[in-house]
Amino acid sequence: MKLITANFLTCAVKGCKASPASFPLHFRDAELELQELDFQPDFIRNIVPRIDWHALQIMANELGFPKILDKKPEGDELKDEQILKELHRLLLETHINEGKLTCGNCGHEYLIKEGIANFLLPSHLV
Amino acid sequence: MSRPEDVLPPDLFYDDNESRKYTTSSRIRNIQSDMTNRALELLDLRSPSLVLDIGCGSGLSGEILSAVPPEHGGPHTWIGMDISPSMLDIALQRDVEGDLFLADIGQGVPFRPGTFDAAISISAIQWLCNAETSDVSPEGRLRRFFEGLYASLRRGGRAVCQFYPKNDAQRNMISGAAIKAGFGAGILEDDPGTKNSKLYLVLTVGGGGLQGDITGVVNGMDDVNILDARRKAMEHGKMQLPRKGDKAWIMRKKEQMERKGKVVKQNSRYTGRKRRPAF
Repeated sequence: MKLITANFLTCAVKGCKASPASFPLHFRDAELELQELDFQPDFIRNIVPRIDWHALQIMANELGFPKILDKKPEGDELKDEQILKELHRLLLETHINEGKLTCGNCGHEYLIKEGIANFLLPSHLV
Repeated sequence: MSRPEDVLPPDLFYDDNESRKYTTSSRIRNIQSDMTNRALELLDLRSPSLVLDIGCGSGLSGEILSAVPPEHGGPHTWIGMDISPSMLDIALQRDVEGDLFLADIGQGVPFRPGTFDAAISISAIQWLCNAETSDVSPEGRLRRFFEGLYASLRRGGRAVCQFYPKNDAQRNMISGAAIKAGFGAGILEDDPGTKNSKLYLVLTVGGGGLQGDITGVVNGMDDVNILDARRKAMEHGKMQLPRKGDKAWIMRKKEQMERKGKVVKQNSRYTGRKRRPAF
């Protein structure tokens, strides 16, 4: 699972929809992998405004990355190839291969195996 | 030929063997890629976008999304959801570029509001018309799915879902659920009346007005005829209003009372007839 996907995921349990603690999900025992991907500046420019920067900082911290930018890059910063390349590496090339995602509200654990997260809920939680 | 939807739930039907057959059959692959290209045409994405693939299976349509050339606005990044572990396993072996999720779309779409530019679904949502356990209903699952999908698309986004309804009731149930969730909905039918007929449910978010819905989407496509059922339905609604005291009105009331279990006089040739003037 790419880090960018994790930035959009919320808990699937119905009761957690209204709670702010259900986003972002928290990583546990994560195993990372770097997978090379073609650099697409247009896509990054399209997606960056939708990224929750605060959540990204929390996740990067949990995964043990060196500090990322304090503020979301905006305007002219999005024309800087260096910044875009860093974002590309962080958001699209960093994969979470194994581990768990936990909800901060209900504590439900979503297992990640071979990069595929299991979001099937048992019927009592639906 | 029997419908797979009538045989088993999707996670059991697409086991290792069935998933392999589905992915390697060149006939199915051709049909899938034709449908995916048609759906892409309807989505009309002009820049590299984030797309949700609902019921992505082994990533047959995802591959096409990743391979859209830059001059047509690609390549798109996609996230796929599917309920069959075997299908996802094959997707892993085929090394597709998108992110995969093992999830039941009838349980909702677990993404933040406004995440996706577009959504695509090829031959998946008719599975929602089946309830596999007694504690869920098709209506409830369809509602959860469309509400989740509506929220996770950004304003002005589109979703195109190709599906195989079993009959008109399923078709109406699915499109009705989409409209209830807030979508501007319309159905595009390719090759109507033939065995190859394909239905595409075209959904728009927050377009507003006529141009936002399917009539705006297909505007300019030259092989499409528009049959607007809404105007017909409006005229139809106006025509049928029996006046109080009419024969039709009396018959309707009698039927209503009979259904309630009241004692109602049998209909005769005098029922609802005008009396002759007394003098």
